[in-house]
Amino acid sequence: MKAPPFAYRRASSVADACALLDAHGGSARILAGGQSLIPSLNLRLSQPELLIDISQLAELRGIRVSATEMIIGALTRHADIERSAEVRARFPALADAARQIAHPAIRNRGTIGGSIALADPAAEWPAAALAFDMRFTAVSTQGERSIAATEFFKGLYETALLPGEVLRSIHVPLPAAAQRAAFGELTRRSGDYAIAGAFVTASVTGGWLGGTRAAFFGVATRPLLAARAMRALDGSAGDAAAVAAARAHLEADLDPIADLYNSRATKLHLAGVLLARLVARLAAPGG
Amino acid sequence: MNQLINVTLKVNGTEVSRPVEPRTHLIDFLRNELALTGSHAGCEHGVCGACTVLVDGEIVRGCLTLACQLDGADVVTVEGLTESGAIADLQTAFHLRNALQCGYCTPGMLVAATAILGQQPPATREEIREHLSGNYCRCTGYEAIVDAIEETAKARAAGRALAQEGA
Repeated sequence: MKAPPFAYRRASSVADACALLDAHGGSARILAGGQSLIPSLNLRLSQPELLIDISQLAELRGIRVSATEMIIGALTRHADIERSAEVRARFPALADAARQIAHPAIRNRGTIGGSIALADPAAEWPAAALAFDMRFTAVSTQGERSIAATEFFKGLYETALLPGEVLRSIHVPLPAAAQRAAFGELTRRSGDYAIAGAFVTASVTGGWLGGTRAAFFGVATRPLLAARAMRALDGSAGDAAAVAAARAHLEADLDPIADLYNSRATKLHLAGVLLARLVARLAAPGG
Repeated sequence: MNQLINVTLKVNGTEVSRPVEPRTHLIDFLRNELALTGSHAGCEHGVCGACTVLVDGEIVRGCLTLACQLDGADVVTVEGLTESGAIADLQTAFHLRNALQCGYCTPGMLVAATAILGQQPPATREEIREHLSGNYCRCTGYEAIVDAIEETAKARAAGRALAQEGA
């Protein structure tokens, strides 16, 4: 279908975008890559009065590394992350995940900031943000603030962003030497939203897992850390018994909603299958 | 609500300027304003790939891009690729392999394929399938489409390898 009519303003800077958001209140939406917003307009699921286009703001684009973190501009496209040598070297699981987002033509326009600000419960980046303990910087006419990913995803498409705030950058702490990470998702067809997906990170010292974080997507109304399963894995070697104990906690940790093809029970089962595969990868010698 | 945005962009090498309604998708701008009807509007929500075109050298969905966002952009459609001869070999391979039936998805397939044809070493069948996962063929003629792209990718890679040896 065709999108309903709306007005359009091209923001000249982040400050300009914030001022426009303030001036137009809840009737305006930020347009970044548009790969989720424009389909929702085409399907007439949303009808904003104004789109504030930030897609040409170079200041929001790019990946750089400081002494302690990798900083990803909100407008950095999935394709940029997929191709970044810096990301591949430091966070191979993130590079792997970028390749699983939709299709090449979508990855050439869709942005990491757009994905996080939308908070689709089946999207990869929000769960990645939980697993890698990322922080987000949001700006408004009032100034800027830093929000932990663990405080950000509140519910179905609901985030801690306040009216008038624009997501500016994503901050990923650089991994300690012992940190390992693995990513996986199960889809019906390549490029589909995942039935279930997960990122698992842990420091692996002498074969023992510590500080394990397991973040799931597609198995609740928001991305979730599987806190009980994580505790069950900590201090273990990621062996079959530890994985079985962790899997037994997933029903309490997650809250899957049946979709057209998969029941709640199927989704829980698949989340357990993923957890087992990813922990096996983490715990493998040299993994 | 009947705001018009002036955009100036290059389409198939020619500069065009038009006032557009903000809600006009690139695909409708190309088809309705510029009469470039080679690119097709299929699902109109980013799933089928029939509207695939190049923007600044990269494949995008024409139905998920607004024309008003493309001021200063360089757009190439299947018409531009075919008239310049840039994909003559790919077109021939599609023809010889019978890689189209109804033809609806073909413009999107051809444009999407351009993004992996230059690879060295040439893309494998697996990579071609993955690359085309966002382009639907409802006649389900995928085997022949992958055959045609694989053959063209190999021929191009071999041609370049020969040229390098010669140099």
